[in-house]
Amino acid sequence: MSAPNLDIRAVSAREAGLVGCPHCARVWPMETARCGRCGQRLVSRDAKSMSRVWAWWTAGLMAYIPANLYPMLVTRTLFGTQDNTIVGGAVDLALHGAWAVAFVILFASVAIPIGKFAAIGYLALAVQRGWRGPALRRMQLYELVEFIGRWSMIDVFVVAILASLVQLSVVAQINPGPAALAFALSVIFTMLAARSFDSRQIWDSVAALDARDDSMRADTVAAARQRIEGAPVPAGAPETRPAAE
Amino acid sequence: MPQTRPPHDLDDYIACPACDALWRVREPEPGGRTTCARCHTVLIRPRPGAILQIVALGLAVLVLLVGALFLPFLEIRVRGFSNASSIFDAALAFSGPELVWLSLAVTATIIGVPMARVLLTTYALAPLLTGRGVLPGGRRAFRWAEELRPWSMAEIFILGVGVALVKVVDLARVEIGPAFWMFSALVLITLLQDTFTCRWTIWKALDAASPAETPKGLTP
Repeated sequence: MSAPNLDIRAVSAREAGLVGCPHCARVWPMETARCGRCGQRLVSRDAKSMSRVWAWWTAGLMAYIPANLYPMLVTRTLFGTQDNTIVGGAVDLALHGAWAVAFVILFASVAIPIGKFAAIGYLALAVQRGWRGPALRRMQLYELVEFIGRWSMIDVFVVAILASLVQLSVVAQINPGPAALAFALSVIFTMLAARSFDSRQIWDSVAALDARDDSMRADTVAAARQRIEGAPVPAGAPETRPAAE
Repeated sequence: MPQTRPPHDLDDYIACPACDALWRVREPEPGGRTTCARCHTVLIRPRPGAILQIVALGLAVLVLLVGALFLPFLEIRVRGFSNASSIFDAALAFSGPELVWLSLAVTATIIGVPMARVLLTTYALAPLLTGRGVLPGGRRAFRWAEELRPWSMAEIFILGVGVALVKVVDLARVEIGPAFWMFSALVLITLLQDTFTCRWTIWKALDAASPAETPKGLTP
């Protein structure tokens, strides 16, 4: 078959009446509560996982707003006090010619978080609304989010290092601002949102669409054959199944 | 005495943890890998001697981590003023009532979690090397060590040090202490250790060392 997503038609453990351990990949009969090998709690599909995803997602987004509005760093030098927000600090670095570092900061603290909110939101909506699309691409997007999400913590660590290192009484003093806490919370909440998402549901929703396509295609073929041959399709053949919704 | 081994035929199957596709287990050659044909997740990647390497590298990480905590990390000097900072100072940089939680989180992600992962892995896997059975709680220890993996952020911290140094280098002279190099080394070793870890193979080894218990709700 040449339709998209049809190249690999795997049977899921759920369809086989089994439950797979998400930790050690061992399979068990559906009703098993805990993996007998590693002790992981087993749930074939967690009905509440989407609510958890959206709860953490919303919390992360709410923490991300003050993270950008309040100063991340408070720098005290002989010439006065300077407050820097995340974006302000990166702009300062760029003005001093440190383009590469400014880029790293902007990428890790602005591009990654915003991209992460968009990606998790898209993946969750695609599953919930049954959007069509390539499951493999969605899976890769999910893996990218899981891999790259933690790297946003770099800005929190930079603040921690600067604040512990630059303590030179009157000459220069760097202290963390309130945005550091908000930003760290935002990173942690979005990591939890990504981990609450059950990637197996990506494949369930696409497999359900594929199955519907198949039955619709069979109906179309049957109808076309009927028109060409002018004869009713013999009973018992797969083409006689009732039309899909 | 009821039989304690789980149903035997299910042992021949593997469910992809990422997409739930069910496959019959096909073990690759040592050094090769088996991937899920549907979502391309690596399922099995055995390496000869992996357990010995994981335990040995884990002990190296432990030594480096303890050393890095007590040796000087970074020091800056400017116009006669100077300040030295250890890893603990960086971890505890956030003071004040609301930022204290942030200090705890940073301490956990750069010191606590990496150390806990090494201890848990060693506790679970070291007895296998001496041919003894799995210690009580050993299975749980290995699962926790793996679950903690995303929360171990030593490698992000060391890159953060790099960014911070670029910011400070115009302002002052910075001296890099031995703890910095030790911490960098332990980051590299941990990355190497994680690539040696094939969960499926290790769980097989744990099963072979002492049989798994029958889960609740299953009649053997």
